[in-house]
Amino acid sequence: MGELIMLFVGAALVNNFLLSRFLGICPFLGVTRELKSALSMGGAVTFVMLVTGLVVWPLQHYVLDPLGLGFLQTVAFILIIAVLVQLLEMFIRKMSPALYEAFGIYLPLITTNCAILGLALLVVGEGFTLAQTLIFALGSAAGYTLAMLMMAGIRQEMEFADVPQAFQGTAISLLIAGLMALAFLGFGGLNVA
Amino acid sequence: MVSSMVTAGAVMGVIGVLFSIGLFYAARAFHVEEDERVELLTNMLPGANCGACGFSGCSGLAQALAAGRAQPTQCSVANSEQLAKIAEFLGVEAGPVERQVARVMCGGTSAKATQLAGYVGLEDCRAAHLIASGPKGCTYGCLGLGTCVQECPFDAMVLGPDGLPVVDESVCTGCGICVQVCPRGIMQLVSPEAPLTVRCVSPMAGKQVRAVCQAGCIACKICERVCDQDAIHVIDNLARVNEELCNGCGACVEKCPTHCLELTDGQVRVLEAV
Repeated sequence: MGELIMLFVGAALVNNFLLSRFLGICPFLGVTRELKSALSMGGAVTFVMLVTGLVVWPLQHYVLDPLGLGFLQTVAFILIIAVLVQLLEMFIRKMSPALYEAFGIYLPLITTNCAILGLALLVVGEGFTLAQTLIFALGSAAGYTLAMLMMAGIRQEMEFADVPQAFQGTAISLLIAGLMALAFLGFGGLNVA
Repeated sequence: MVSSMVTAGAVMGVIGVLFSIGLFYAARAFHVEEDERVELLTNMLPGANCGACGFSGCSGLAQALAAGRAQPTQCSVANSEQLAKIAEFLGVEAGPVERQVARVMCGGTSAKATQLAGYVGLEDCRAAHLIASGPKGCTYGCLGLGTCVQECPFDAMVLGPDGLPVVDESVCTGCGICVQVCPRGIMQLVSPEAPLTVRCVSPMAGKQVRAVCQAGCIACKICERVCDQDAIHVIDNLARVNEELCNGCGACVEKCPTHCLELTDGQVRVLEAV
């Protein structure tokens, strides 16, 4: 049990997908203009990460490994992610057209989001059990959502700040992202798996 | 080897088929009713996706049209026939369409304009303009790196051998993208029927203009004096034409000492195939 908690914390903070592994940066800058859409993006990524983990694991261990088809990993995983994102897109479009508009291009872009493929490859690469996979996916998704929310919170405050002209827009966002990544380096001292 | 290729194909095939069946049912369950006019309208629009209308491409404008938030004439690319069709489809008046074309308001060819320095860098006028207003002596003149040519979505522009861009007015749709990207404000949208063009935008005094360019307007006011229609006036060191009064007689063009005036005669200028 303790090991699983450490796995969760490790995935969420120490090896945060956005701020330590630097995967999936695209929506990190694109959809963090306001808290609400950042939270929704976190939710969408959480769903895709969880289901990807849960589908990829049996696929790898019960289909690809026994047949000696390890080389199909990337193609098969991308296929699964694409299908899941498609499903998610239909669902969001039906349930919340406003959210669908807010996500814009970033929703289909989850398909090519390296955070998701990264998770799938890490899960099989580290040789996790199914329970570990679940916890790892949950932790990673929580860390992702946390970083998104922090970024969105800071950027909302930045709206009222007097940013020098040369730094306005993307420049200041990249600076913030860099400083946050530095801060997250501090979690390295937690020394978990 | 062959057998693993077969199993690989089979496994991917099975996964693909399973997923597509799943998606098929999901698509049914989450089906969203859409305004079917949007797709029809998208097909009726020119499909240039240039964004000149202010929407995200043709489908964006189609959505706005269907919702009544836009007018067909906002599309500057479609010709009057296409616009009439769209207007009829929507049951609205198309209104008059004023065709516009982009014109190069600078005559400072590489032979006529002084070059202060060489420019080695990004082949983009916007970048060159940022460095001390570019390598040209005239800080208002065309930089000649062809950013407008690159950005033109309709291939209506080429960079001429004299270092100035040339517009093919039969292809130009007046979308205004070149006007937006030019850091010098040299591209301007005008009616193709406008008879007279002043090919200079420099508001500098005559002496300063002459120091850097042989083709600029030096505000000598000869055009003002020879015009019997009172159609051309030098305001802020630059000749300006009142298009309503100008009859295109060409008296000023003949007398202009720097030849910065150009008679277009209402002719649509077409480029020879390059």
